[in-house]
Amino acid sequence: MYHRHKIFEKSGILLTVGILVTVAIGGVVEIAPLFYLESTIEEVDGVRPYSPLELAGRDIYVREGCYVCHSQQVRPLRDEVERYGHYSLAAESMYDHPFQWGSKRSGPDLARLGGKYSDEWHRQHMEDPRSLVPESIMPPYAFLSKRELDLSNIEASLKANRAVGVPYTDEMIENAVLDAKSQVDPFSDNYDALLARYPKAQIRDFDGNPEQITEMDALIAYMQMLGTLVDFETYKAEENYR
Amino acid sequence: MTEKDIDETTGVETTGHEWDGIKELNNPLPRWWLIIFYVTVAWSVVYWILMPAWPGITGYTKGLRNHSERANVAEQIAALDAERAEATRRLIAAPSLQAIEDDPELLQFAMAAGGSLFGDNCATCHGAGGQGFPGYPNLNDDSWVWGGSLEDIKTTITVGRRSDHPETTLTIMQAFGRDQVLSRDEVSAVTDYVLSLSGQPHDEAAAASAAPLYVTHCTACHAADGTGDRTQGAPNLTDAIWLYGGDRATIYDTIWNGRASVMPAWDGRLSEAEIIALSVYVHALGGGE
Repeated sequence: MYHRHKIFEKSGILLTVGILVTVAIGGVVEIAPLFYLESTIEEVDGVRPYSPLELAGRDIYVREGCYVCHSQQVRPLRDEVERYGHYSLAAESMYDHPFQWGSKRSGPDLARLGGKYSDEWHRQHMEDPRSLVPESIMPPYAFLSKRELDLSNIEASLKANRAVGVPYTDEMIENAVLDAKSQVDPFSDNYDALLARYPKAQIRDFDGNPEQITEMDALIAYMQMLGTLVDFETYKAEENYR
Repeated sequence: MTEKDIDETTGVETTGHEWDGIKELNNPLPRWWLIIFYVTVAWSVVYWILMPAWPGITGYTKGLRNHSERANVAEQIAALDAERAEATRRLIAAPSLQAIEDDPELLQFAMAAGGSLFGDNCATCHGAGGQGFPGYPNLNDDSWVWGGSLEDIKTTITVGRRSDHPETTLTIMQAFGRDQVLSRDEVSAVTDYVLSLSGQPHDEAAAASAAPLYVTHCTACHAADGTGDRTQGAPNLTDAIWLYGGDRATIYDTIWNGRASVMPAWDGRLSEAEIIALSVYVHALGGGE
């Protein structure tokens, strides 16, 4: 074997070709299965792209590194399903770019958090975690309640998501700012249109401060929709055993 | 390289490569290491055959064991449900929640199930021992905002309070100051009046001046004598137990900004038997009526 290797070592072109072939094998093994994503993502009812406010909240989630301590995947293990609810489906994170599965649980899993606690609890807990959970080691994020939500790039954010495959329509992109603003106002004229574009969207003032749309509003809107979209009544579990 | 090049000092074959007179010995890998290496290679082949392994065009190789993590967990949960089936059936079939408390065996099951459910779902707001936090009621004491009977507790858990459940209660405390129903001075005077109800230090004159305001704005929910109304979730103002705080500043804040704290509905998230077990557990925490 050592003798043959000399052939590659002595020719730059041959070595380059050899490297390319070797790397290509690794690439094919990793990339080819992605062409069959349709067979790995379950068919479910209810999953839709994030509303602009939820997406902004998700961006804050990523910015603050929440994924470092919180996972978003209920694994198919008995004790996890008993504690958190139905195990996570691939379909639930198909519009996540990047996904927020996480790899560590210093805090609890958040995949089924939506609706579990009140908005007020989230606000208070984010501002001062130990006022509600004395043993918590989560850092406080009180500044989120004071910072106005930056909506200047929300339209671009939707477009960027569309570029990587999230089915945002032109209408959704055009109305991104309006939709974000009206999701915190249950009395807006845009109420029905917003709900038509994003079914099951929760529309209310999330942070208890109706004067201002804060980053806290966006983050709580995101927290409250986590894991709530899939209609498990119509989900065919047996067909998706894997 | 045609002939083996043996290093004179050690008698070990070299790799044949030479750098400025330095040669590398070609010692063989330790035998034990090699054996483990080949065993793992062989095991990977066994694994491909037994377990899901290779992606194909329309799916993947399922393997002889037809392993599925999702099928496994469904099976394990079905087994767990089967174990609990008898007790669960009896919980649901019990003629009343009181009957569960009267049956020691059933009570034991409800307390065990309720305890772990409480830890998973309720402790986050109400505290690990149900001691509560400002805004999140203490479940150990005798003061109940929405009622402390078994049935009341079950209703609160099932439909929540001010939740998104269609049958929930939606009464809120208005923001009397922020919504400009009362002036700053009036809110301050009503605060004195509320302090007087529980016998705390207050300004007599201000409290007396606020009596008509209390009648107009507060009695509909908190009752004329301040004892509250559970059907509307209006707390008793005459005792020493406060949901948000009984000091002057907190009461002023409550009247100025209003209150509308939410208890989420657990209908749908928890099963009927789970809600029953939880109701019995909460009832038994100390303050059940």
